[in-house]
Amino acid sequence: MTTSHIATSAGQDGYSPVRIIIALAVLAVLLVAPFGVYPVFLMKVMCFALFACAFNLLLGYVGLLSFGHAMFFGGASYICAHAVKVMGFSPELGILAGTAFAAVLGLVAGLLAIRRLGIYFAMVTLALAQMFFFFCLQAPFTGGEDGLQAVPRRPLFGVIDITSDLNLYYVVLAIFIIGFAIIYRTVHSPFGQVLKAIRENEARAVSLGYRVHQYKLMAFVLSAALVGLAGSTKAIVFQLASLTDVAWQMSGEVVLMTLVGGMGTIIGPVVGAAVIVTMQNYLASLGEWVLVIQGVIFVLAVSLFRRGIVGEIVAFIQKRKDAAAN
Amino acid sequence: MFELIGVAPQALFGQLLLGLINGAFYAMLSLGLAVIFGLLNVINFTHGAQYMMGAFGAWMLLNYVGIPFWGALVLSPIIVAIIGMIIERTLLRRLYHLDHLYGLLLTFGLALILEGLFRRQYGSSGLPYDNPLPGGTNLGFMFLPNYRGFVVIASLVICLATWFVIERTKLGSYLRAATERPDLVQAFGIDVPRMITLTYGFGVGLAALAGVLAAPAYQVSPTMGSNLIIVVFAVVVIGGMGSIMGAIVTGFGLGVIEGLTKVFYPEASSTVIFVIMAIVLLIKPAGLFGTAK
Repeated sequence: MTTSHIATSAGQDGYSPVRIIIALAVLAVLLVAPFGVYPVFLMKVMCFALFACAFNLLLGYVGLLSFGHAMFFGGASYICAHAVKVMGFSPELGILAGTAFAAVLGLVAGLLAIRRLGIYFAMVTLALAQMFFFFCLQAPFTGGEDGLQAVPRRPLFGVIDITSDLNLYYVVLAIFIIGFAIIYRTVHSPFGQVLKAIRENEARAVSLGYRVHQYKLMAFVLSAALVGLAGSTKAIVFQLASLTDVAWQMSGEVVLMTLVGGMGTIIGPVVGAAVIVTMQNYLASLGEWVLVIQGVIFVLAVSLFRRGIVGEIVAFIQKRKDAAAN
Repeated sequence: MFELIGVAPQALFGQLLLGLINGAFYAMLSLGLAVIFGLLNVINFTHGAQYMMGAFGAWMLLNYVGIPFWGALVLSPIIVAIIGMIIERTLLRRLYHLDHLYGLLLTFGLALILEGLFRRQYGSSGLPYDNPLPGGTNLGFMFLPNYRGFVVIASLVICLATWFVIERTKLGSYLRAATERPDLVQAFGIDVPRMITLTYGFGVGLAALAGVLAAPAYQVSPTMGSNLIIVVFAVVVIGGMGSIMGAIVTGFGLGVIEGLTKVFYPEASSTVIFVIMAIVLLIKPAGLFGTAK
């Protein structure tokens, strides 16, 4: 996807003092946040933010629109819930199992999907995810329509009690920061530069000698694994894995979050996830209208602010800077 | 012979017929998607919702206005096509200069809006629509419900007529030319933007027509479109969007395969098309009738 206007501003590698100060301030806010805001809500936001960031790794930095990321999110959440509830795994091993499963599923789906480009890629991922949805619907271990409920919150590493939401909040925060750091490092690494080159001009990347398919596959697997990390964590937080997480609507939701926040920006998906989850929370009582409102946001975002919230802010600052320089 | 494979002929032919009907809908929908994509370079995610609107259009015309099935068969697709053309003029048109993916995202949003509105109004469970052709014919080896036979024949006629118009008439040659080089066609004095609008309307009308045909065969429900469109996407990936005849053959063929799977291995009937898609991607990534692009 052509997002070159964003790449110029977001592509700068940055450990500038301002950025470090902002990062520390955000961290401080996140550390005290659960004392002001309902922790379960914050954990939900973080799970979806990680989900959207990992999805954005593919859409924003490689230009691949996957319409099937729910299979990694929901699949990992089923595996984690099953491992913890039925097989008696500890939560950290359950999360690892879910993440590993998503990575393997990502490898299989990626091998198939990267054979096609553009809209075909979107359709292939959507179809593969739908196949996985039907598998989950029929497979005995997923609990069918009921899902896997009452997943126990056993002590983390055998010592840390996570039955209280506050304790669990800090665990989820740590997971989120680890996942976010991995994405940040990936985007700002030489590997990330090659991914951006593929996004901007795949033919040229091929002619420069890069094995484009391998790069795409690696990005796909990494994205799937991190989405799996988010999905597994969500299963622990809500003690639930259900068909909602593997349904196509979930794949659409993560696209919406990324689009609203700003694809191709590093924190855009976090903002988008926060906005959409907040909206869903406040509008939950409106029932079917939520679907309509999400659709309207989609249409508005595509028609009017394609750069998303963060992308528009970055563009605005850039414009001011350019004006000042002249 | 039937005893050998352990399946009653009634069940076999019954499922085969159901498969043909499903295949008819796959063919009509993927045909519309292919025609729209050819000219607009947009994958119309709203296609499923427009199919659903066609069915609801028939239901509303019957229940609110009293127009029977045969009138709705003509009216409903025209109404839905007009709504589609308004969408093309007001929203889709602004995205042609951008990446194709934005068109996909926009039409996905529209699909959510439409499905949400209909679910809000009519609930998620289906509404019944009376069969306009009750009764059936005994063919000797099976009992053929009249309406089902009609659906298969009608959709075959519609598909072949579409193929004929696009591949064998002057209008179709303009369309194919505009698909290749819109700028050149425009230079020859043909109003390409209007052609684009009408093409979108035609593709949408085709989806709505399939929806009207589906109304008596299935229930009329707000979710009927989104469930179908994902399968149709897989059909499109399998067939490739390069050829009109390819879309028709793939649609009907996959419907029949799905029907047969229901007889011999019902557990896989909902996934068989996706499995075939995976196999085709491994062997011939461009699709059976597609050209690599």
